[in-house]
Amino acid sequence: MDKHQQPPSGLLRRLLAWVKKTGPWLIVGLFLGGVLFWGAFNTAMEYTNREAFCIGCHEMQENVYVEYQNTVHYSNRSGVRATCPDCHVPKEWGPKMIRKLQASNEVLHKILGSIDTPEKFNAKRLELAKHEWERMKKTDSRECRNCHNFESFDYGVQGRRSANMHQTGLNEGKTCIDCHKGIAHRLPEVNQSIGEINTEGATPREFHPPVEKKDAEAVK
Amino acid sequence: MKNPSRLFSATLFAVFVASSLFVAPAIGAAESGLKSLRGAEIQAPDTESADPFKGTKDSAPIERNYLQQPPIIPHKIDGYNITIKYNKCMDCHAWSRYKESGATKVSLTHFKTRDGQELSNISPRRYFCVQCHVPQADAKPLVGNRFKAAEGLR
Repeated sequence: MDKHQQPPSGLLRRLLAWVKKTGPWLIVGLFLGGVLFWGAFNTAMEYTNREAFCIGCHEMQENVYVEYQNTVHYSNRSGVRATCPDCHVPKEWGPKMIRKLQASNEVLHKILGSIDTPEKFNAKRLELAKHEWERMKKTDSRECRNCHNFESFDYGVQGRRSANMHQTGLNEGKTCIDCHKGIAHRLPEVNQSIGEINTEGATPREFHPPVEKKDAEAVK
Repeated sequence: MKNPSRLFSATLFAVFVASSLFVAPAIGAAESGLKSLRGAEIQAPDTESADPFKGTKDSAPIERNYLQQPPIIPHKIDGYNITIKYNKCMDCHAWSRYKESGATKVSLTHFKTRDGQELSNISPRRYFCVQCHVPQADAKPLVGNRFKAAEGLR
């Protein structure tokens, strides 16, 4: 090519050549097509994020959905409702896609009827709950924090107990799910070893996971 | 033709006004006449009133009024379920939990069978906490009383 002139960088040059070859109108068309495709994809994705859609394929109508209707996340003083995806589907694009793919396993089990009666569901409740606890723990309760940002907590307005526990807990490095289990659905059996009543189910270690000391890790 | 029709409509109007004047208060009187055996008015409210037991804020432990009184609950217990699978109270008040939660620990008296045999954990017969321990509401007593705390506790 021309040696007496500083050529534009390789990538830019190739891009310009490509524009000349394909013609600007086709490029505008491609761009618009991309926008339309993305819009359609996102609309479809949001369509699957509606409560009615969730109920359609995830086994929940007779158990967890009914339980949720008695909680503060369904009905409350100011009418702000958190629906299924607010807690169970991440907002960020990448984690959202991964979660959606993982959850398609539940569609398979809907077809197989693995948990299609309340009895079958309750037999599996502990295992299913543990999955959700682990997921929340791993992400530092990301979906809770989408709405409940503890940097915005006003401890003066919180109750005696919550103000104390929130401050000590958060300082220790705890996350929402460490204490707030079973807030939107019934809990599975928890081993509190009271007489012979509830001696099975989630172990104390699972129910109140020990906090990993931040300082101790830093020392290591 | 005009006058009789006018007269007719005027009478109708008068009758209507009179009936509304006399009958309406009668209905009102009948409604306000309804009273409960204790003399409280019982009329259906126009709008749904707020929960009268709402607004019991968390407080420090409340003093007992007599010996052997089950301590009353000084905090809200909305949504705290006691089911056969999980006892929300014991999540804070159990001996294994009270230090972390800062709650009052369950009394030693709850670690016995009804025959007085000591147990190493809470007796199942004490499982249903709110059978004895109750939260408080700022409710007016229905009947006046002169209750005073026991002498040793005043």
